[in-house]
Amino acid sequence: MTVFIIRRLVQSVLVVFVMSFLVFGGVNLVGDPVEMMVSDEADQEERERVIRSMGLDKPWYVQYGLFVANAAQGDLGKSFVYGEQALGIIVQRMPATFELALAALLMAIVIGIPLGVYSGLNSESRFSKVIMAGSILGFSLPTFWVGLMFIMVFAVMLGWLPSTGRGETVELLGINVSFLTTNGLSHLILPAVNLALFKISLVIRLARAGTREIVHMDFIKFARAKGLSTQRVIMVHLMKNIMIPVVTVLGLEFGGLIAFSVVTETVFAWPGMGKLIIDSIQGLDRPVIVAYLMIIVLVFVVINLVVDVLYSILDPRVRIQDVKG
Amino acid sequence: MNTIAEQVAPIAAASEVKVETPFRRFCTAFLDSKVATTALIVLGILIFMALFAPLISPTNPYDLAVVSILDSKMPPGTKSLDGVTFLLGTDGAGRDLVSAMIYGLRISLGVGVMSGIFAMAIGATVGLIAAYFGGRTENIIMRIVDIQLSFPAILVALILLAILGKGVDKITIALIIVQWAYYARTVRGSALVERNKEYIEAATCLAIGHRRILFRHLLPNCLPPLIVVGTIQTAHAISLEATLSFLGVGLPVSEPSLGLLISNGFDYMLSGKYWISFFPGIALLITIVSINLVGDQLRDVLNPRLER
Repeated sequence: MTVFIIRRLVQSVLVVFVMSFLVFGGVNLVGDPVEMMVSDEADQEERERVIRSMGLDKPWYVQYGLFVANAAQGDLGKSFVYGEQALGIIVQRMPATFELALAALLMAIVIGIPLGVYSGLNSESRFSKVIMAGSILGFSLPTFWVGLMFIMVFAVMLGWLPSTGRGETVELLGINVSFLTTNGLSHLILPAVNLALFKISLVIRLARAGTREIVHMDFIKFARAKGLSTQRVIMVHLMKNIMIPVVTVLGLEFGGLIAFSVVTETVFAWPGMGKLIIDSIQGLDRPVIVAYLMIIVLVFVVINLVVDVLYSILDPRVRIQDVKG
Repeated sequence: MNTIAEQVAPIAAASEVKVETPFRRFCTAFLDSKVATTALIVLGILIFMALFAPLISPTNPYDLAVVSILDSKMPPGTKSLDGVTFLLGTDGAGRDLVSAMIYGLRISLGVGVMSGIFAMAIGATVGLIAAYFGGRTENIIMRIVDIQLSFPAILVALILLAILGKGVDKITIALIIVQWAYYARTVRGSALVERNKEYIEAATCLAIGHRRILFRHLLPNCLPPLIVVGTIQTAHAISLEATLSFLGVGLPVSEPSLGLLISNGFDYMLSGKYWISFFPGIALLITIVSINLVGDQLRDVLNPRLER
């Protein structure tokens, strides 16, 4: 077990280092930030002063060395655009993204499980065919286009919900959140549903497959024979058992939600990390791009490490195979 | 004797007309589903339109002599100053939306299929090598595959495009790098099973070279799952390209794919000019859904475990 964890830790650190090198090296080749920082009338002296102040006059390996040394202290450089610490800007935007991702996760569960269980129990009914067709659409529809159509229908045509932004926020434990004000909540609904669409389809499929398998098992028959109401059999006995795969997969997919929030945030102008990275790529704001990519790599490496370790605890075959290999 | 031969002959002749080759069995099984057949026909039409875009489209959306800014943002069905009817309206630059969509489809399908083919070639080769040679080679390859697949595709593509910049060639490269790992994993899976079968052993005994065994003996037997993953991944690549173009990191404005057309229309959506985003989106949807449906049916038909 210890060997397994150590191996995985070493691998994770290696991945972070390789990615930091790739990201830094790659991003350094993109565009010329000096062009954006100085005005057209600036003379050579002015230009050189800007280059020096951004550390761009040093060779790339010195820049990388400095970058790693600073990154270890939580300093990922100052944003060219905002003039503040890149890390700080991203951390500031993080709660918005996490709120959106969590809301989407919640919707996937609240909408996906009942529909999936229903269509598993009545797989021949017309409504469950509609549900399954809907889930195929949910897999096929490009997220961003659905988001646009949401805006068109619910914001422009019907005028029910606001189209962009985050609305009023309230401070909760030092973090600004939207879901506690009616205005904020109305801003949250469309983006959250949009982001959740793919996961809803996924949960429907998982819940349906689970239900169809479990409904024929002996303990369900026994519960029925005992005279329990259908409602109780479904809500307690069946639900408990289909939740295991659903929770596992959703845990794994949380990282995907954060990644895909880039799309939803751009569509709905939601002020989170994803919108920030797109703006930064377009504005060639190198420190912010590098900082975002490093943070997201770190987040994913941690998620994967935790999942791997949890799996190896639950399923010893995984770690035995790995140590042998 | 004679009579038996006479009786057998017509039966033999009849069975010769309908020889059950694996390919014909496959076709019958595939066409069994009406939905999949329709999807295949739709896909055929789309590919035809993409290939012959210059001949089919009513106007050339890139020809500045035809496109007039005065015609911009016309609703569907209006007539242009020259008397041409815009069936689906025009976009922000005054291009006929039907023509722009046909040309956009060409780019979307082109990028999707090209990246799919290259990713499949690279992934299949790497996967075969991993399964065939095993040991340390396999370990290293599969570790890289696992690490890459632990990151969502859109994130990897976003990182790559932030580094590479915009362009048809760049997004194709990014999509190849994103996709190869899926193919490698699929091929390795089926090649691991095939490797231990007698015909590979026989080929090894005949002292045939590694390359010949890999590509002439092992690869053909790993094709069915590869084809299925190939169709699904191509649909995925098209969707991903549209998304990235929408985000403004994929294609340059000069070469609008369906995704970029949708993105351009987004600016006018809030003022109620829905058609610029709506119709290219529908075209994108039809493309992706029909590829997915064909892929689903292929999976069912090619899966030996599902006895039909």
